[in-house]
Amino acid sequence: MNMHAKKPTLKMWFKSGDPWVWLNAAAVSVSVIAVLGLLAVLAVNGFSHFWVKDIKQANYFVAGMDKPVRVTGEVVDIIDVSSAQLISAGFQLDENVATYRRELIKLGNRDVTGADFGWFLADGFSDVLYPKDLMVLERREWGNFYGRLLRVQEGDQVSSQVAADGANVAAVWQDFETRLRRVQRIHDDIFAIEKHTIGKINHGMERLRLQERKLELSDPTAEKRAVVMTDIKAERAVLDRQYAALETELADLYRAINRDSIVATVSSGEEVPIALAKIVRANRPNGMSLFEKLAAYLSKLWEFLSEDPREANTEGGIFPAIFGTVMMVLLMSIMVTPFGVVAAVYLREYAPQGPVTQTIRIAVNNLAGVPSIVYGVFGLGFFIYFIGQNVDQAFFPEALPAPTFGTPGLLWASLTLALLTVPVVIVATEEGLARIPKEIREGSLALGATKAETLWRVVLPMASPAMMTGLILAVARAAGEVAPLMLVGVVKLAPSLPLDGNYPYLHLDQKFMHLGFHIYDVGFQSPNVEAARPLVYATALLLVIVIALLNFAAVAMRNHLREKYKSLEH
Amino acid sequence: MNTNTLSRSKSIIDFDSPKIKRYNRMRKRKDQMATVGVAIGGISVIAAILLIFLYLLYEVIPMFQSAAVEPMAEYALPGDDSLTLYLAIEEQNELALRVSQSGQISFYQLDDGTLKTQFNLALPDDTHITSFAINSDESRLMVAGLSNGQALIFKHNYRITYPGDKRLITPRIDYPYGEEAFTIADSSQALTEIAIRDEEELLQIIAHNGTQLMGVNFVKEEEFMSEELVLDAQNMDLPAIVANSEDHNLALGELLIDVDQRFLFVHLGGAQMAVIDIENGDYQRINAGGEIQNLAFLLGGISLLIADDQGNIGQWFMVKDEHSQPQFTEIRQFESHYKGDSVLITSEQRRKGFVVVNGDGEIAIYHSTAHKNVFNATLLSADKPQHLSLSPRSNRLQVVTQSGQVKVFVVDNKHPEVSWSSLWGQVWYESYQEPEYIWQSSSSSNDFEPKMSLMPLAFGTLKAAFYAMLIGAPLAVFGAIYTAYFMTSGMRRKIKPLIELMEALPTVILGFLAGLWLAPFMEANLVGIFSILLFLPPGVVLFAYGISKLPMSVQNRINEGWHGFILIPVVLLLGAGCLAMGSPVETLFFNGDMRQWLTHDLGISFDQRNAMVVGVAMGFAVIPTIFSIAEDAIFSVPKHLSYGSLALGATPWQTLVGVVIPTASPGIFSGLMIGLGRAVGETMIVLMATGNTPIMDANIFEGMRTLSANIAVEVPEAEVDSTHYRVLFLAAFVLFIFTFMVNTAAEIVRQRLRKKYGSL
Repeated sequence: MNMHAKKPTLKMWFKSGDPWVWLNAAAVSVSVIAVLGLLAVLAVNGFSHFWVKDIKQANYFVAGMDKPVRVTGEVVDIIDVSSAQLISAGFQLDENVATYRRELIKLGNRDVTGADFGWFLADGFSDVLYPKDLMVLERREWGNFYGRLLRVQEGDQVSSQVAADGANVAAVWQDFETRLRRVQRIHDDIFAIEKHTIGKINHGMERLRLQERKLELSDPTAEKRAVVMTDIKAERAVLDRQYAALETELADLYRAINRDSIVATVSSGEEVPIALAKIVRANRPNGMSLFEKLAAYLSKLWEFLSEDPREANTEGGIFPAIFGTVMMVLLMSIMVTPFGVVAAVYLREYAPQGPVTQTIRIAVNNLAGVPSIVYGVFGLGFFIYFIGQNVDQAFFPEALPAPTFGTPGLLWASLTLALLTVPVVIVATEEGLARIPKEIREGSLALGATKAETLWRVVLPMASPAMMTGLILAVARAAGEVAPLMLVGVVKLAPSLPLDGNYPYLHLDQKFMHLGFHIYDVGFQSPNVEAARPLVYATALLLVIVIALLNFAAVAMRNHLREKYKSLEH
Repeated sequence: MNTNTLSRSKSIIDFDSPKIKRYNRMRKRKDQMATVGVAIGGISVIAAILLIFLYLLYEVIPMFQSAAVEPMAEYALPGDDSLTLYLAIEEQNELALRVSQSGQISFYQLDDGTLKTQFNLALPDDTHITSFAINSDESRLMVAGLSNGQALIFKHNYRITYPGDKRLITPRIDYPYGEEAFTIADSSQALTEIAIRDEEELLQIIAHNGTQLMGVNFVKEEEFMSEELVLDAQNMDLPAIVANSEDHNLALGELLIDVDQRFLFVHLGGAQMAVIDIENGDYQRINAGGEIQNLAFLLGGISLLIADDQGNIGQWFMVKDEHSQPQFTEIRQFESHYKGDSVLITSEQRRKGFVVVNGDGEIAIYHSTAHKNVFNATLLSADKPQHLSLSPRSNRLQVVTQSGQVKVFVVDNKHPEVSWSSLWGQVWYESYQEPEYIWQSSSSSNDFEPKMSLMPLAFGTLKAAFYAMLIGAPLAVFGAIYTAYFMTSGMRRKIKPLIELMEALPTVILGFLAGLWLAPFMEANLVGIFSILLFLPPGVVLFAYGISKLPMSVQNRINEGWHGFILIPVVLLLGAGCLAMGSPVETLFFNGDMRQWLTHDLGISFDQRNAMVVGVAMGFAVIPTIFSIAEDAIFSVPKHLSYGSLALGATPWQTLVGVVIPTASPGIFSGLMIGLGRAVGETMIVLMATGNTPIMDANIFEGMRTLSANIAVEVPEAEVDSTHYRVLFLAAFVLFIFTFMVNTAAEIVRQRLRKKYGSL
């Protein structure tokens, strides 16, 4: 907005303030770049986790090594490092070259070599190949395996073997895949029995134990004790019988699943036997078409969303974390909505408008800015140690000294977060109530409606967009909050979901998993951070997507409801 | 017909029909119920919120309540008439024990003095006890020096059984090193004073016969085959202090050995003491001031408490001087007005506290780390105290007076560790060379001195918040100024929600990216990062100058509010350029590695997860908060103000600086305050992006531990209602109050501003 027609001098240009405008604009640009860059980092790293990468095979030799080694693995990262750093780390390199390229390669085979990852100087590679017969096995333990399939075995018998000239590789691979599918079906059966059926029996056993303990605590007459104990014994016998039957069934399944195995060679030429039961997925990425890779991508994505975690949370899926987050947020919503709305209605419609109400309003507003960890401490001290332990004394004496509600759990976590988010709902609802013109209330009252009727029929429907906005903002905040949850109920690995087929179906006292905590735990507490990193990125991406969707939903819903009640506003 | 209609219409508008009456009554009742219900609901929600404040207070207050001591029982001393050597109470406060000079050990009920069992020590024939010492109260190990130069080691032990669901405590006397007495001196020399120190590998006994010190080291060895413990006796070479001295008033008195089995403390009569280095025989002489009345170790055997007849109670321990020679140093003095003899000290067995009883019958409880007199009252009669013992849990106190009466007190002293100086001041902790601010709340050993200074945590919190504001505040405020005042409205509608979306981003994700992506990235590109900070603003100005040389038609287009958009590629290019030139610059100026250069050439220590990483990550988290409020404030400055200024010929920038910002400054300030509140309370980012070491150092390349992260890390492990637990609640309370006040200030400023705009 230059006022002068002629070209300004440098001094005048500075005086006009234009440079400062540009600098202010740069602040916006930097902020926007930061937001988009952050989302891009998450998206790239998160989405690429599921892509089946090609396996590189090369000979590696740098000065100072005895002889070249064969390296096989996925390239994970490439960086340029200054030669000074490398030389001080002990490499024999040319000082005059400014930087050298280094590659981080995922070597897998942790059980064979001990290390999952390795840094290599890109210059040291020769004979780089991407052979089509290299396979990657995702295993239930020890991480990935990279190598070549040698033979397939059924017990001690060789079922098929790759010939020396490699002519029958396809056939052997076929044999291996067929057997792998069979083993995976059996694995699913075993999982169903161990997790669900036996879980149910254990739950029944525990219930009976508590019944017995409760009976003893109530100090019963000998007669009554005899009656109840016969019942308990009979039920226990039934459960024992069921358990014995399942045990034999399981033994059969385990025999079947352990029948097949393969022998594979690793890059050093060593032969490694691998039981099929330990394999989750087998691919030969170098020979896969784009379409096949896409299919594998989707299958891995689905596994991520629907399966339990493996290997100390560093592999597999995050379904329990998704489920736990959703359960906690749902419970919190059920608690926070009515209370938040009632408090807002009271403050805006019923309380006398004066300095006291104004003070309370400011206080409520400010509570939204109180650090979440403070709520966590309050939840731990008040809900768990104070209320929970008293509830245990009064209602669950039979389970003591094992606490029922006197320990972090789903109920307390949702209650704590409800307290944390109730200011958000109150503030949003109040804003909505304040926007409704006075005339509408007065019109309703003039027609003879009581205050409650006016509220219920006229005011609240009109304020519903604001309430929904408040709720959705509360949900978005709750879904991303981690610090208080670490104190009141989240664990790194929950043995079972808080909602299942065992009475009372919804286990409010159980600890649960949570997406945000999963990120913290796997990213910072796990022993093998490097291996877990892609999974953390994927989890973070999922969380961002969920929260962004919730926020967009808040905006969209607000707009929709505003549209609906627009005619009323004027 | 007419009448018919009339009567019918009359019946329609009859509001008094019973049915309608009933209906109206019900409506009225519903309305009343709604009023009551909403009021109850609303008030209870608000009360629940208030509860947070009250509950935090409820957990914090007990720390600041003083201790209480109540008399519980009084009875005649059980056992024989000989001199009392030692008193003790067992863990459950059920039994007490008395060791008397005759070798008789009596166990009696603490409540009423009823004798339970008596033992007689297995003394060798024709000997009697001439001296007595304990290893420490909590070890329950004692030694008796005998008239024939021998020493007998024994221990009181308890077996707890539950016959018929009732607790039964059976006391007994054990001889852990055998019933055979150890020979310390030849049989003609009675041991007049003795000291014992029994540790993992070495058992030390030192005694004197009135004139000469004699000591034996018993090295513990495990026999290879039978795994039996074998003691290998080695005589010590101790200096003849009294004989070497020209002062004829000196006489050997009480002996004590420190926990490291290196120093022997000897009372030489009067105010004189000597500290002997057992390893080489060197010794230093100390004058305590007044005549020494009592010596006692504080829990752990490091600090020695010295009480004299001038009312001084001093805590001393060995401190290394500048030549790293250990010097016996007085660390602090505890206030007492009593002057005279009969001062007795006994130390607590689980904490660094102690109880003092004096000739006036005054009972005083102190805590060493907190440097605090927790309790002080005259509860004993003129009958002078002779012996004193504290129960293992420090909740019972037993005093024996010279007339042979036992007085038992109930002590309620839950949180002596907390004082203003221990929470916020510099404290000279045991084994440290000088007073320091340290947070170290727990350790694996039992005799650990908890270091609960909140200073390093508060410092860390403010440090993190400072660096976050340093990065976040300018970006947010300048961005808000541009967005509100210069940007085209179409772009503003897109940019504002985008930046506000950042607010919804879970901080755990920011923390994770900061810790695992940004921290290594910054470490590898230190030069690049600094050159971005240095070159980005001039680069932008240079670019702008270039634009000002373009034809007017192009400039006017840009000046409609597209600066920010045009700058995105410029900023990206500048950033990439700075990063790319980082490595050559590093090679040129910093020997190829700035990090190495910092640590080696400048001596600045460098952590990968440091304040700079936290500053960027948390700065990112506070940008949307500040931006949103500041932008609102600037945007809602009434337009006629700026139009007036522009009409008078001011440039847009001049209008902004002269008119708009002064008007909106309270709003910008309130945005900054709320941003600061957020930075102070943020937990996950600091938890993940710093090393969480509680250090006090403003160095941008080092980490910190904040109050919030400290709570998150330690609360789950803290024992409920312990001092540590309550101090963590205090930390939460401090955070709560701080953010609440900052937010309230911001809110009031904002409301004032709104009123001001309304009047304009």
